[in-house]
Amino acid sequence: MPQLANANASVVIDRLRAWKSESVAQVIEYRGETTIVVPHKLLLATARQCKEDPELNFNQLSDATCVDRFPNEPRFELNYQLLSIPRLARIRLRTSVSGQQPVIDSLEPLWPGANWMERELFDLFGIRFEGHTDLRRILLPDEFEGAPLRRDFPVEGKR
Amino acid sequence: MVLNMGPQHPSTHGVLRVLLELDGENVVTAVPDLGYLHTGIEKSCEDKTYSQAITLTDRMDYLNPLGNNLVYCLAVEKLLNLEIPKRAQYIRVMMVELQRISSHLVWLGTHALDMGAMSVMLYCFREREEILKIFERFAGQRMMTSYIRIGGLALEPPAGWRELVKRFVDMMPPRIDEYEELLTNNRIWQGRLKGVGYLPAETLIAMSTTGPGLRAAGVALDNRKAFPYSSYEEFEFNVPTRTESDCFARYLVRVQEMRESLKIVRQAMDKITDQGPIKSEAPGIVPPQREKMKTEMEALIYHFKIFTEGFSPPPGEVYVPVESPRGELGCFIASDGSPKPLRVHFRGPSFVNLQALPQMVKGQLIADTVAAIGTIDIVLGEVDR
Repeated sequence: MPQLANANASVVIDRLRAWKSESVAQVIEYRGETTIVVPHKLLLATARQCKEDPELNFNQLSDATCVDRFPNEPRFELNYQLLSIPRLARIRLRTSVSGQQPVIDSLEPLWPGANWMERELFDLFGIRFEGHTDLRRILLPDEFEGAPLRRDFPVEGKR
Repeated sequence: MVLNMGPQHPSTHGVLRVLLELDGENVVTAVPDLGYLHTGIEKSCEDKTYSQAITLTDRMDYLNPLGNNLVYCLAVEKLLNLEIPKRAQYIRVMMVELQRISSHLVWLGTHALDMGAMSVMLYCFREREEILKIFERFAGQRMMTSYIRIGGLALEPPAGWRELVKRFVDMMPPRIDEYEELLTNNRIWQGRLKGVGYLPAETLIAMSTTGPGLRAAGVALDNRKAFPYSSYEEFEFNVPTRTESDCFARYLVRVQEMRESLKIVRQAMDKITDQGPIKSEAPGIVPPQREKMKTEMEALIYHFKIFTEGFSPPPGEVYVPVESPRGELGCFIASDGSPKPLRVHFRGPSFVNLQALPQMVKGQLIADTVAAIGTIDIVLGEVDR
């Protein structure tokens, strides 16, 4: 398994570098999983390349999640798990979002399945997704104040 | 007319609320409203040590607690780079497959009840009870087992477990035939399910759907085969698929999956040896044996440290996908090198699969909405987390 993951990862990195060298800012290898760090501005374009390049063919977005590195800045790290069903390969794209201006392009135009995942991140982290068709709270009630999964939100809640 | 379905509607399987905009009896739009069961499990995990969080995972998908334990433990073990003894891996596989059968049984029973077939529900719950009895013997708990732990298992299998499991796997195939006899060729069952809730495979892939819903559309994606974990590569089983992609196809796929799971349980029983370790040797991570704790100073210190401060995996992130009865269950853990996780995220298949509901029911009847919700097979504990 690990060799396969790495072989796939090097294909993805090579294809992305050939397409636009600045799209791969950094490559992180950890426990056989490869993370490609993408510049904030290039996320949508790089994700589109991953989906539409016939040799990459990442046709499903498995998951989107966020890690809050508070008090570091940029504090948010967005992680997208891409899956190519025909090639049976996975890759993770990562980009960072600043705390002052938590805005990023939505991936919903590429994978409609991103809709609820991004709504969840908007709900729990307060990150705004530009180009999202229906950006509302999903789990919490509309009148809830704050973003509970941020590290500076107390575990026991605000009273 | 706008009709409010749920959150107390019996066929929404919990506390799902769907706002249905209707034109006569046809659905124009369906807007799911979630969050009635949101308990902030991901946030709570950040305030617990790695071992303490296991009990929270049971309570997400309450029809698949062992699968949730497994995905969480696999992710932590990957962070720690921990090898698990083969015997423990096979027992894990056996337990998770039994869990898959029990989950499908609950699905079949409740779905048949939604469609008006009461007796199937009673039969399914009768067999599920047998599985829960097995879990009780193994873990001391019927549902919230917390049986799979970081580094292995909580307990040695109980005396006489082989007869117990064997009795079940021998009993089960004729019982599945019985359900099929009641349902598969039943005209009402077919009438309610055939052609209902259709979505093409491309749409399902784009909507991130996984599991039986996707396999009923002809895409043979199963994480047990595609990305094997816990020694699944050593087991022989088929991935059932259909091409119709309607509610009836999803029913057939699930029934077939129960039979495949029985095959895996049988193979696992042969592979599990009577003797051997059920936990890996990892001082400081896996609690030492009681015997050693009483006689060795070092073991006592490790025991104390595990339960007071926990252990600290090296900084990094992992994402581990497994195949739950509902689809791809993923666990993402970010560690910052402290004894508590920086972030734990569960990719619940119920949550993601439910997204396809509005498209599935568009233009169909209200009664078909019930069928569609049923065959997506959601567990609200996992949707809302």
